Amino acid sequence: MGRSQRADPAGLAGSARALTQQRPLGDRIFQALALAAGLLVLAILVLIAVATTSQSTSWFSHEGITGIFTTTWDPAHNKFGVLTFLYGTVVTAVIAVILSVPVSVAIALLLTEVLSYRWARPIVYVIDLLAVVPSVVWGLWGLIVFAPWAQRTIYAPVAGAVKGVPILGNLFGPGTGGVVSGPSFFTAGVILAFMITPIVTSLSREVIATVPVIDREGAYALGATRWEMIRGVVFPHSQGGIVGAVLLGLGRAMGETIAAALVIGSIPAITSHLFSTGYNMPAVIVNQFGESSGVFRSALLGIGVLLFVLTIIVNLIARGIVARSMARQRGA
Amino acid sequence: MATAVTKQQQVDLREPRSWRSAKSRIMTVLMVIAFVVVIIPLGFVLYTVVSKGASAITGRFLTGDIPFNVAPVTVGGIWPAIVGTLLITALCTVIAVPIGILAAIYVNEYGGNRLLTRIIRFMADVMTGVPSIIMGLFIFSIWVIHFGFSGLAGALALGCLMLPIVIRSTEEMLKLVPDVLREASYALGASKARVTATVVLPAAMSGITSGVLLAVARVSGETAPLVFTILGGTTTPNYNVFTGANNALSMLIFQNAESPYTGAQGRAWGAALTLIVIALITLVVARLVTSRVARLSQ
Amino acid sequence: MEQSDQELTQLGLPELAHRDHAPSTPGTTIFSTDNVSIYYGSFRAVTDVSLSIYENEITAFIGPSGCGKTTVLRTLNRLNDLIPTARVEGDVRYRGEELYAPGVSPAAVRRRIGMVFQKPNPFPKSIYDNVAYGPRINGERKKARLDEIVERSLRQAALWDEVKDRLNKSGLSLSGGQAQRLCIARTLAVEPDVVLMDEPCSALDPIATGRIEDLMHEIKSRYTIVIVTHNMQQAARVSDRTAFYSVLRDEQSDTRTGVLVEYDLTETIFQDPHDPRTQAYVTGRMG
Repeated sequence: MGRSQRADPAGLAGSARALTQQRPLGDRIFQALALAAGLLVLAILVLIAVATTSQSTSWFSHEGITGIFTTTWDPAHNKFGVLTFLYGTVVTAVIAVILSVPVSVAIALLLTEVLSYRWARPIVYVIDLLAVVPSVVWGLWGLIVFAPWAQRTIYAPVAGAVKGVPILGNLFGPGTGGVVSGPSFFTAGVILAFMITPIVTSLSREVIATVPVIDREGAYALGATRWEMIRGVVFPHSQGGIVGAVLLGLGRAMGETIAAALVIGSIPAITSHLFSTGYNMPAVIVNQFGESSGVFRSALLGIGVLLFVLTIIVNLIARGIVARSMARQRGA
Repeated sequence: MATAVTKQQQVDLREPRSWRSAKSRIMTVLMVIAFVVVIIPLGFVLYTVVSKGASAITGRFLTGDIPFNVAPVTVGGIWPAIVGTLLITALCTVIAVPIGILAAIYVNEYGGNRLLTRIIRFMADVMTGVPSIIMGLFIFSIWVIHFGFSGLAGALALGCLMLPIVIRSTEEMLKLVPDVLREASYALGASKARVTATVVLPAAMSGITSGVLLAVARVSGETAPLVFTILGGTTTPNYNVFTGANNALSMLIFQNAESPYTGAQGRAWGAALTLIVIALITLVVARLVTSRVARLSQ
Repeated sequence: MEQSDQELTQLGLPELAHRDHAPSTPGTTIFSTDNVSIYYGSFRAVTDVSLSIYENEITAFIGPSGCGKTTVLRTLNRLNDLIPTARVEGDVRYRGEELYAPGVSPAAVRRRIGMVFQKPNPFPKSIYDNVAYGPRINGERKKARLDEIVERSLRQAALWDEVKDRLNKSGLSLSGGQAQRLCIARTLAVEPDVVLMDEPCSALDPIATGRIEDLMHEIKSRYTIVIVTHNMQQAARVSDRTAFYSVLRDEQSDTRTGVLVEYDLTETIFQDPHDPRTQAYVTGRMG
């Protein structure tokens, strides 16, 4: 190999000293900037935790840690128990997951197992379209169009039908005052379900796509029908990943603010009746922040901290499950 | 006995176990139904937004100032909100994208398999799951309290939201660049920074751009981070992103949604349509960028 | 032209020396293909294959890589259906019935014509559930019957003694050779008519390979076996008949199409082939 100029653009060859030359300044600055950017991510997360917590200390000192478990929320009388909102967050998120997961997994299966690439692509675009509709538009539509319609055509008849029936009546029967409300836990759950479906679907698709083709062929070669192959091969392989996707969807549903704020009814209540109004953590923060000050405001920020911690925990568990199931498949 | 069945001379290859194939077909139908179940509300939402929004939108609507809620839809418009959304989203992109790309470069090109790299990557993933309202509360706590409401504060909050998305998608695109390209550049004596800047980045650029545009589409519709940072409620456009409260389409919709006045509601629908159109245009451009490059590289 | 065992060994084909020779009058025709060509989209992967496969024989497909032997094999159990652009032209018959006639259920076909793959692919289930999978989807529910089928299949696959105490362990925990025998047991559990094998030993060490070849000899009396192999000695060892495929290169379009060159009794292919290409391949000058 000759010592052509092209292979030696910096003219360093033939100079022994040049081989030990330090890296030019520009390179080191570039690397430092990249590192700084990476560290910024960590810094932001830490700052989020620190800043919001420090702003909520006056609430903590007022209510103490038991504030999390008290239900009375009455800013006028300096009462800031947040259990109601915790309840609302959990209930609406759970409803959203129950409604969304079967649908999302079914669509993921449709896209990976049934449809060829040509047909799957436009459907993927449509699912992405679902994700592009802003949260506030879902809320607007939910409040003005869906809630009244649902109350008339679904909630009222169902509530009338199950009134007095043991478990169903408690869930779907009329609430306090004998009414069912359009804006309610259930409506919020439905709207949230629409919003988390794209993410659960796309994650499930990724997981299902990692099932090796050869395993699928093994099942088909035994004469299995497509559904038998899915049950026998796809599900066992991807259950860990799908559970992870579900948990991530749960995390999203818990943190989704605006849509929930518009359709949940915004009246704090702990009740099993899903067709009645409620409140959840992000909704109360966003609705009452403007008029708040002092301990009230600090309480709202405290709720924010709670929400932050909760979603981080759910996220960590979800990623842990996914990571473990992938490792088990590789190692086995 | 099973043996007798399989060894028979006469072979019937038609569908002998009809229940099994029927079950498989029923499952397929259920999958299609699931898709339809999701499509119908989406179609309904889009239809409602288009029909109610289109009736509100006129030239004056798009350029007029925001009137009082009681005013009917024909009076005034949503121009201040449009200005706010465009300016704040643009500022947020300018802030978040360079940092995001640099962070992705660190993780993918410089990081190796060190513990720090894995922590950063993991934390960026965790950050995508942080609810947007938290970003708003965060910027409120460290910025707004000291410097007041402003478009900049909103851009910072949206930037925190956008940053992990950009890092994730940029990292994916960088990973797709084949190592042989890097090796060829090194073999010519280039330093790592030069390799990254002159070979890797250009190769991944279309994918990165598309990822950024998708993030922009998502972020432009966010409301919660803005509630705590730009205050909203302004009636005239504020072209100064750095000081003073500002407005945005998403905030306008949120503030008008619960209003009993049909004028305010009409403005909300008009704003919703405008917002969705902006997001759609961004999405379409993103897809065009990826498909154009895919076609070029064939 | 018969050759003595000594001469066969000198030719480098000791395997042919120490085996029973296949009957030259074949039994029932299991498969018959007539002018079969297989396309992927507009690309013709294999052209003009006409042969017949007979009951209770082991038939080997040999040839250089890219000659389409696996493609032809997968046509026999309609597994190529899984590839959207694949298309078969010509007549493929199984026991006289057209395999590709409309109305034929691929699942029913595969129930009768099983397949073992190149890379062992046990399901992520227990050993027991792996073998029981096929019978279960065919409706067998009784535990006693399933136990019986599992044991019988694992015995046929020469795996029973090694795993009988750990049937609950995952199928993924077995070594390569054991996993492949598990896959064979799984295939035998549905009692197919035919067992297709796509290079079943190429991922295994010589000892595991030997056990599977012994297995093939033992189950031959109950099944018809078609095996694709790139190992000529293996073909000579186990098969009764051998089909040699080669590649036709089209210089203009730079495409390679597989073609069946010669199909005959194994001894004939290896000792006295008619086609010079066969001669070149089996004496090692090609492929």
